Amino acid sequence: MVAAFKQAFAEKPFVVTAEVGPPKGTDVSEMIEHIDLLKDKVDGLNVTDNQSSVMRISSLAVCRMIVDRGGEPILQLTCRDRNRLALQSELLSAWVLGVRSVLCLTGDYISVGDHPQAKPVFDLDSVQLLQTVGLMNNGKDLAGNDMKGPTGFFAGAVVTPEADPIEPQMLKFEKKIAAGAQFIQTQAIYDLDNFKRFMEQARRHNVKIMAGIVLLVSAGMARYMNKNVPGIFVPDDLLDEMAGAPKEKRLETGIRIAGRMIKQLREEQVCDGVHIMAIGKESCVPDILKAAE
Amino acid sequence: MIVAERKPLEQVEAMIDGFERILVVGCGTCVAVCMAGGEKEVELFAAELRMKGKLDGKQRTIDEITITRQCDMEYLEQLAKYVDDYDAIVSTACGAGVQFLAERYDEKLVLPALNTRFIGVAEGAGVWSQRCMACSDCVLDQTGGICPMTICAKNLLNGPCGGTDHGKCEVDGEKDCAWTLIYRKLEKIGRLDTMRKIQPPKDYSLMTTPGKYTHEAFKETQAEDEE
Repeated sequence: MVAAFKQAFAEKPFVVTAEVGPPKGTDVSEMIEHIDLLKDKVDGLNVTDNQSSVMRISSLAVCRMIVDRGGEPILQLTCRDRNRLALQSELLSAWVLGVRSVLCLTGDYISVGDHPQAKPVFDLDSVQLLQTVGLMNNGKDLAGNDMKGPTGFFAGAVVTPEADPIEPQMLKFEKKIAAGAQFIQTQAIYDLDNFKRFMEQARRHNVKIMAGIVLLVSAGMARYMNKNVPGIFVPDDLLDEMAGAPKEKRLETGIRIAGRMIKQLREEQVCDGVHIMAIGKESCVPDILKAAE
Repeated sequence: MIVAERKPLEQVEAMIDGFERILVVGCGTCVAVCMAGGEKEVELFAAELRMKGKLDGKQRTIDEITITRQCDMEYLEQLAKYVDDYDAIVSTACGAGVQFLAERYDEKLVLPALNTRFIGVAEGAGVWSQRCMACSDCVLDQTGGICPMTICAKNLLNGPCGGTDHGKCEVDGEKDCAWTLIYRKLEKIGRLDTMRKIQPPKDYSLMTTPGKYTHEAFKETQAEDEE
């Protein structure tokens, strides 16, 4: 069975996914509301894996919940918390539970999260994890053993177009594609001119590129990201636009900016789609999509 | 060399609480160079313990001696004539030295006075930094002489993560991103192609502890001895 997410690239000129962040704790009611709200409006729901190194429900469990509710999940899999046995086991488990797409990431370092004393794993890196998915898709595990039944994942990876310096980042981007990445999701982008320059290079490769869109909720958030989140750059004109909005209009302004960016990316055919990260404001995703019409 | 630092005085105080006769044993090699447990440091440390004991009204004798190396039986032997006179031995060697001392004098309580930090280099006066993980499978030929296992917090072998921040590391903004350093170095020496090659997963079986290594020339002798 081909992943519906993969199929979307064949059928549509512009693919849209949204991020789902599993909660810490067993109360999943709000997350389920978001899943139900979004599952038919996007081509895939991309579920984070202990995002920001904060302990939560696993990506796999939530992916299966999405399958059960008729949605299309994308499993995020990081190298931070699992060695190669656990990573492969997770991939097999995901496949038998109906997950067809996987996003392979290195993962944030342990120290940024809520269990900074934990042992970081990083047995494999994202390039090696992508190669592992390729092996398993061919019925072999990383040790070269035959498996009883292969996987058939549509595998993806991430890139940071605003990384500084960009050269080593692009070199790794190429390695990820060589290792089997078929789609690439970017870190949040805000400067479309910079992104277009990145796309000129990225277009040389046979890979689908999804631009990362993070919803701005305030000028403070934008400034915070500029200062503290590596690889995110919110240009001054957007900062001013957010700062100029009265308090009750801030969210609306952020939604308008996100919608406008998505519209431009789609109309100018800059990339193959967008991945919307409305961190904590998932209920706004339909409004963002509307603003992008 | 091995870099170590002294444990807080209170921690060592708590270990020796209740003992009257204590021998502090220094180590004259790595920890002497990094100013943690050599002759000078032991002298000072023993004086601190004596002073603290006096202030707390404790009855105790603190003596000190520094030997060339605690990771070598030949030098540990020199302590044989002293150890019986003491209730406890405090070692200012690295973790390896403490263990070897405890192994040689296995009826004595041997206590560590240092925290062993890493294998490193002297960056400047009084500053040391880690350079080697002892991974048993050196890749420095591929990486311009900069170790991704050690300098990259995530031990990445195929390039930088998304946390590179203006050439610094997301884990600690004071530290350089290993892969930015590696890229720049390989670019400078015209060997960027080695970075384009996908490196396979690390063989961690080589790092299974406890590691053991016998020099080729001694393998036969050892086999003969065992016969």
